[in-house]
Amino acid sequence: MELFRDAKIDWLGRKWYFLSFSLIFSVAGILSMLFWHKIPLGVDFKGGTQIQVQFASTPSENHIREALSSAGVKDSIVYPIYNAGESANTEIISLPKASDTAQDAGRTVVENALSSGYHDSAFTIQKVDIVGPTAGTQLQHQAELATLYSLLGMLIYLWFRFELIYGVAAVVAVFHDTLITLGAFSLTNQEITLTVVAAILTLIGYSMNDTIVVFDRIRENLALSRRESLTDVVNRSINQTLSRTVISSGLTFLTVLSLLVFGGSVLRGFSFALTVGIVIGTYSSIAVAAPMLVAYQDWRKRGGKVANLPAKRARA
Amino acid sequence: MSQNLKVKTAVILACLVVCFYGFLGIPHGVSPAALKQAVADHIRLGLDLKGGTHLVLKVHVEEALGSTTDRDVERLQEDLDKASITGVSVHKADPVAHPNQITVSGIPLNKASDVRSILTGTDYVNYDVTTNSDGSETLTMKPSAIRDLETTTLAHSIETIRERVDVLGVAETNVEQYGLGDNEILVEMPGVSDPAKVEDAIHNTSKLAVYEVVSGPYSDDQAAMTALNGVVPPDDWLVHGNTSPNAPDEVYLLKRASIVEGTDFRDAQPSNDQEGRPNLVFTLTTEAGDRFYKFTSTHSKNTATPASMAIVLGNKIKEVATIEDSIRDRGEIHGSFTKEEVDNLSLMLRTGTLPASMDTIETRTVGATLGEASIHQGIVAAIVGMMAVMVFMLFYYRGAGINADLALMLNLVILLGFLGYTPGATLTLPGIAGVILTIGMGVDSNVLIFERIREELRAGKTAAAAVQQGFGHAWVTIVDTHVTTIVSAAILYLFGSGPVRGFAVTLTFGLLANLFTAVFVSRTIFDAILERKNRGAELSI
Repeated sequence: MELFRDAKIDWLGRKWYFLSFSLIFSVAGILSMLFWHKIPLGVDFKGGTQIQVQFASTPSENHIREALSSAGVKDSIVYPIYNAGESANTEIISLPKASDTAQDAGRTVVENALSSGYHDSAFTIQKVDIVGPTAGTQLQHQAELATLYSLLGMLIYLWFRFELIYGVAAVVAVFHDTLITLGAFSLTNQEITLTVVAAILTLIGYSMNDTIVVFDRIRENLALSRRESLTDVVNRSINQTLSRTVISSGLTFLTVLSLLVFGGSVLRGFSFALTVGIVIGTYSSIAVAAPMLVAYQDWRKRGGKVANLPAKRARA
Repeated sequence: MSQNLKVKTAVILACLVVCFYGFLGIPHGVSPAALKQAVADHIRLGLDLKGGTHLVLKVHVEEALGSTTDRDVERLQEDLDKASITGVSVHKADPVAHPNQITVSGIPLNKASDVRSILTGTDYVNYDVTTNSDGSETLTMKPSAIRDLETTTLAHSIETIRERVDVLGVAETNVEQYGLGDNEILVEMPGVSDPAKVEDAIHNTSKLAVYEVVSGPYSDDQAAMTALNGVVPPDDWLVHGNTSPNAPDEVYLLKRASIVEGTDFRDAQPSNDQEGRPNLVFTLTTEAGDRFYKFTSTHSKNTATPASMAIVLGNKIKEVATIEDSIRDRGEIHGSFTKEEVDNLSLMLRTGTLPASMDTIETRTVGATLGEASIHQGIVAAIVGMMAVMVFMLFYYRGAGINADLALMLNLVILLGFLGYTPGATLTLPGIAGVILTIGMGVDSNVLIFERIREELRAGKTAAAAVQQGFGHAWVTIVDTHVTTIVSAAILYLFGSGPVRGFAVTLTFGLLANLFTAVFVSRTIFDAILERKNRGAELSI
């Protein structure tokens, strides 16, 4: 069986569609990050106390809230989490602030409030995350640095392996993926946690994979046929690698989807980031990175400069 | 089979055996339970999977700076007295903003050079000495000395916490420096789901020290300030506390420099005094004993300068005692202690005292049941994902699909072997996700190669040539794609902690193993198939 045998799709001819598609999603994400849900930071970054409680039977959130407020716990947020094939007995109780000096206080207060004020069923505390202001700021700073270094690392590697323009095009594409993935978190109001950042960094690497496969082929084809226009070479390269791109990404997508469905609530954000990111990353290799190479060449042409993209030396 | 192929097959089989041994050892049977136990014995699980507590502590190393300069103030005063230079005042001009600075003022003109030679002598090499316009001298601790002090304080803190946490009897506890911020310590305690218990052992047992009482008691801060004419002398500080369990809070003015403190105690045992109240019997180190003797013999109640001592625990006065007689290295402390405090205190003094206080800035606890559920969910997701990939490969690439599926399974075995062999590698929940992702990404190498082989076949090449070309062309691309992902994973490893690190580790191991399985192993399988076929036969791909 074969998909896309001898595909002859004019990808670059559709670049305006791609551009508007990317713009719509990026802008929607940015608008949401600025004006709607902002960037919904999880407890890892904004600090606070997050307690995951499992009840023996499906709990009443109102009763939980009553128990908390009668114990004087203010500003608590209570919401359920779901796992595939389980009844919704698990709730997250989150308190906005944790101090650096009396960290465990929030947990103790919530535990006592539930034992004395919640009588519907027994409960067990499954997971507690308490992040003080110092650690929160620190983690946020580290996540930003890691993302930045990751992008820089990619740029340098591609510069070294190809040429600067390939690196720039790939990094722009990956930045586009990161932006849209973050946007998706903002639009769906899901919390960005440490593991989500890990997923995003993985995406940076993964999305780069797809781009490299296409770039490798472009370079190879450029060396073979110097008379063909760059647009044709790029189109042909994308089409030649289309089967691989679709199958590989499709399979990775399947595994990640399995993680999203079966992997449980702890990994939900992580799997969501990967699921969205793999689709966007695959799309951007074709629709953002490759057209940028052509756009760069056109721009150089208009400047009256020599417009040859660097090609690979022909293999012996 | 050709010689070359035999060698390759042997390499692969050896690798398989070694890796199986890495994560299984020699299991005590082949029942699912025995195998499960074997895996559990060889693969270390992260706290998020086996349950436990993870704490990040920030050490206030600046306190060690303050207490070191306090001691040096005393030492310098003694040295000046010894040299018969009188009327000189040694103090810290601003102990809060500049704990690293000592000021020597009121130096008589004719003694200036003597003072200078003491200050620049070998005893105070840790300080830079500057002469001010009014003739006073300022000692500023050198940045390198401060760094050394901070390093030793942190190392000492880690050592102390380790000893204390060991007392709790939790296996596989991990205490180490935490790289994310300055002066931070990571404490990981598997199986402990009550952070309060850990914190009690480490955190709430704060600094114990004995100070000379200057004046007091006062009923509150206000009263104290009035008595002091509104100014706390620079060498002194105000401390709250009560001297018996139910007594009201009082305020004393104490000397800033301690007589003895935590690190000076060699041993301490909980006991009871004559009235049955909990007390503490202690032994001091020889050096501290000398210091204590000097103080108590000059300040006991029968001397010309009687004074009291305040015993301060975590910045709260626990006892104020008049000195009955001179004490050298053995004594007892009683006061407003509860039985628990005495037990904690003696444990703490025996295991060494923290050189500085610390805050817990991050606490994470995972219950064992959630950990088990996470493992279960992770394994289900991995099996479903892997099945989906394998079925697709079989369906899409037929004969070559078997090849890819074999390579994929071997990839998994090697990855688990790596995890079993590498000390310090732990499998975390994101790590399981890394395994799943490896399956998806690993198969990419096979797809790249197979697609290329198909292309070459379409271009009219023979099966053998197409395989050769396919691997050749795809190899460069495969290396490139692996490098980018491994760069990402490396950055994650450097910047991440705990679970995220586990992810970076499995992803990296998985991809490295993939280079071997997708390229070397797949190629060997192809070669073996081609060898059996007649020249020109079709390849199932």
